[in-house]
Amino acid sequence: MTENPLDLLPELLVLAGAVAGLLTGSFLARERQRAVAWICGLALAAALAATGLAAGRPDGMAFGAYALDPITHTARAVVAGSTLLVLVLAAPWARGNRRESELYALCLLAALGSIALAGADDLLVLVAAYLLAGVPGYALAGFARDARGTEAALKYYLMGAFLGVLMLAGVTLLYGLSGVTAYRDLAGRLGQAPAAAVGCGLVLLLAGPLTKAGAVPAQFWVPDAAQGASRPVAAFLTTVPKIGAFAALYRLAAEPFAGIEGWRVALALVAAATMTLGNLAAFRQDDARRLLAYSTIGQAGYILVPVAAGGPLSAPALLFYLAAYAVTNVGAFAVVVAVGRDRLADHAGLARRAPALALALAVCLLGLVGTPPTAVFAAKVLVIASAWESGLAWLAVLLVLNTVASLFYYLRWLTPAFRAAPAAPPGPARSLEDPGRSPRPAAGPYGVAVLAAAASVLLGVGAGLFLA
Amino acid sequence: MLSVAIFLPLAAACVLAALPRLGASAARAVWILVSAAVLGLAAAMWAGYPGGVAYEQRLRWIPSLGAGYHVGVDGMSLPLVALTALLFLVCAVYTGRDTPRMPAYAAFFLFLEAVSLGLFAALDLLLFFVFFDLSIVGMYFVIVGWGHGDRARSALRFFLYTFLGSLALLLGFIGLFLGGGTFDLVELAARPPFRAEPGIAGLVLLAVGIGFAVKTPVVPVHTWLPPAHTDAPAAGSAILAGILLKMGAYGLARVALPVLPGAWQRHAWVVIAIGVVSVVYGAFVALAQRDLKRLIAYTSVNHMGYIVLALGAAGLAAGDERARDLAVTGAVTQMVSHGLVTGALFLLAGVVWDRAHDYDLTRLGGLAGPAPVLTALTAVAAFASLGLPGLSGFIAEFQIFAGVIGTGIPGAAVAGAIAVAGVLVTAALFLRVLQRAFLGGPGELTARFTDVRPRELLAVAPLLALSLAVGIAPRPLLDLVEPAAAAVVTLVSR
Repeated sequence: MTENPLDLLPELLVLAGAVAGLLTGSFLARERQRAVAWICGLALAAALAATGLAAGRPDGMAFGAYALDPITHTARAVVAGSTLLVLVLAAPWARGNRRESELYALCLLAALGSIALAGADDLLVLVAAYLLAGVPGYALAGFARDARGTEAALKYYLMGAFLGVLMLAGVTLLYGLSGVTAYRDLAGRLGQAPAAAVGCGLVLLLAGPLTKAGAVPAQFWVPDAAQGASRPVAAFLTTVPKIGAFAALYRLAAEPFAGIEGWRVALALVAAATMTLGNLAAFRQDDARRLLAYSTIGQAGYILVPVAAGGPLSAPALLFYLAAYAVTNVGAFAVVVAVGRDRLADHAGLARRAPALALALAVCLLGLVGTPPTAVFAAKVLVIASAWESGLAWLAVLLVLNTVASLFYYLRWLTPAFRAAPAAPPGPARSLEDPGRSPRPAAGPYGVAVLAAAASVLLGVGAGLFLA
Repeated sequence: MLSVAIFLPLAAACVLAALPRLGASAARAVWILVSAAVLGLAAAMWAGYPGGVAYEQRLRWIPSLGAGYHVGVDGMSLPLVALTALLFLVCAVYTGRDTPRMPAYAAFFLFLEAVSLGLFAALDLLLFFVFFDLSIVGMYFVIVGWGHGDRARSALRFFLYTFLGSLALLLGFIGLFLGGGTFDLVELAARPPFRAEPGIAGLVLLAVGIGFAVKTPVVPVHTWLPPAHTDAPAAGSAILAGILLKMGAYGLARVALPVLPGAWQRHAWVVIAIGVVSVVYGAFVALAQRDLKRLIAYTSVNHMGYIVLALGAAGLAAGDERARDLAVTGAVTQMVSHGLVTGALFLLAGVVWDRAHDYDLTRLGGLAGPAPVLTALTAVAAFASLGLPGLSGFIAEFQIFAGVIGTGIPGAAVAGAIAVAGVLVTAALFLRVLQRAFLGGPGELTARFTDVRPRELLAVAPLLALSLAVGIAPRPLLDLVEPAAAAVVTLVSR
């Protein structure tokens, strides 16, 4: 255990970036707010570099409440990387907005919360991180200040606040039963407490991370937030907070509650319900963002599998899946941002208009299915292996069946994109606040889409390097 | 050399994909040149083949999963690699310059060529699976982009069906990994997993078997095949039947037999039964077709049934070992023969579509008048397909029947006898096609017909010539296949 603040350098850099960005933004003219984006981007890049340095050091614990191990390092890198991509996505959209700098600062703060969720090794840190990851997210969802954005923000906020209170109750209960909040002490003390009370506290505690992860039964906010919030924000909300939430769930499953009976079965059931519900609900969606939202619920189910399995392959499976999911999901949203339209029919003929973008879409969507050689394929192999190895073969079979089902709706999007455009020109874009509807896709999102697709393939082909 | 053959078409596909504005002639020239170069490489590998596993290459990929880039060819895969190279070149020659979006079309075929070569060369299960899955993706886009009829629906059914199969396969492969600790085929074959747990071995075989059965395809999981074939472009059909179907049968011989010998032996009778049902069902359903392409598609079910039957008989440990060698040799020969002959038949069906825009046999008739060369080519291909002596189909099917019946087990003899009856039905149906479409009085679409163009002749003739060559002088091929077949039988008899 150390008390060296430098151990938290990546987190501090992100925080400093947010604060500096906010302060600079208050003193800059509206047309020069772009500088804030650069400040925040640099902070994230610095956090990435600091993570790279920190990953080389031996594992440890900071301030007795914050774990420094591969899980934290991976979450730091993935969160910082995907937030960076989202900033590039958001910059052209936010340009000239009165509160441009706030957008970047909020993104950074939510990212910081997500990282803290991953690193939390103490129930109180977990609660604080949950709030930090959530509150900026509510503001982001309603950032555009239109009716749909407000609805999205309200749903997300009510869901998050309500389940957050439940989580707080769970933490209180567990503290009352054990007298401690640090994970490593909890495991021993909970053994003597009444099993029913512990189970109750556990279920209440789970409400928080499951909300952020967008898993059943707390998945209701995902489709509304993804559809109602502006497109870059939707990419952010369906990617970044999830990373921290899954890492937190894994840590809870592996450290304090590893010995509790029935806990893994419950998680496996949640995983099964989440993947099945997400995939079935995605079937009939005609809106690309809603479709992606349900697809992220399905993916959340897959990512919960290694959390429930808890075997030797589970940690690499989870971490690799998080990285693969983040880059692929951001890539798919980047295509939506670049196209500037949401209806699946509006994507018809994309291959003719913007071949590289269509290719990126194909790579990202087939990647989400788990087609080799993309990153999610390697991750899925690991996940299936980890489930099987822990005696959850039924979950592996269910995962495979769900994957086949998911192919159906991804192809509903992909097939029109690769066929001739419809005869009638598509109607005008529905959301007027959206400046990204020029006929030529904006360069930034375009680049992010292609970059993310390339990264997804490279991560898959070079899987050995990252897993080593 | 092997890796160059795999990645050369892939690189060419990337280049073509990056240059969508390239002219059709230039794209076609690139396609033909690259395919020819790959065929040259395949021929050189065949000429210099030293025996055993040759041209092996091994790189680390995902060490924590024991998966690597491990490729090599032996007597079983080398003929299929050569077949792949030839068939893709032939498709390039066949495809006319008037094909829409030529650069993309060529890119997809080159991509499929790389994937197919990679699959036949893969000696690592994960690598095998990567290529297996990518072949589905590539073919899906070919059918959706350049098919006709109700192509989106057919392509979707093809994708969903074979993707389900491939994921079952992935489950099976992961099971093998957890049992054997590696994805490397050579190591798995040396130490087969689950020797002490017949129940798990049976389940893993079931998963792997479903995966390959869908791809092969056998009854009752063949229903994706007829619509996919009917709506695919001619060259796509030729590749689908000639190469992609082989992936299933090849996978059984390459993975299931050597790695799960015990389970294969225990369930050999199930495999034999599925094979016989496919043979008979495929033949009779083909007999009832009016649509030329559906008819050829169902004969594929019939022909692949022979292969499954032979591989099943290889698992009868009580049978005569030399007879089982013969059956497996016949199975591999049948893969090559079916690739050549059915590839030719689908290309010829493409000629019919090009002229008449219809496959309805009842509206054709007397084509021998306007198109004598087309008639001659179709006749040779039909005879080769029904197994007339002197052509490759005869060699393959004779070996299979001799091997299956020769095991000396009464049940196998009965299965073999039933399968021979399938040959009779195919003979009847091909003679019927020749009679109805090519001889007799002219049909309502006959007036649209002209004889084959030079590029079409240049594409089909080599396939039929090779079928004839294998039929008359099978030794060069059999010398290559026999040791590999014997090795497989030894592995499965453990």
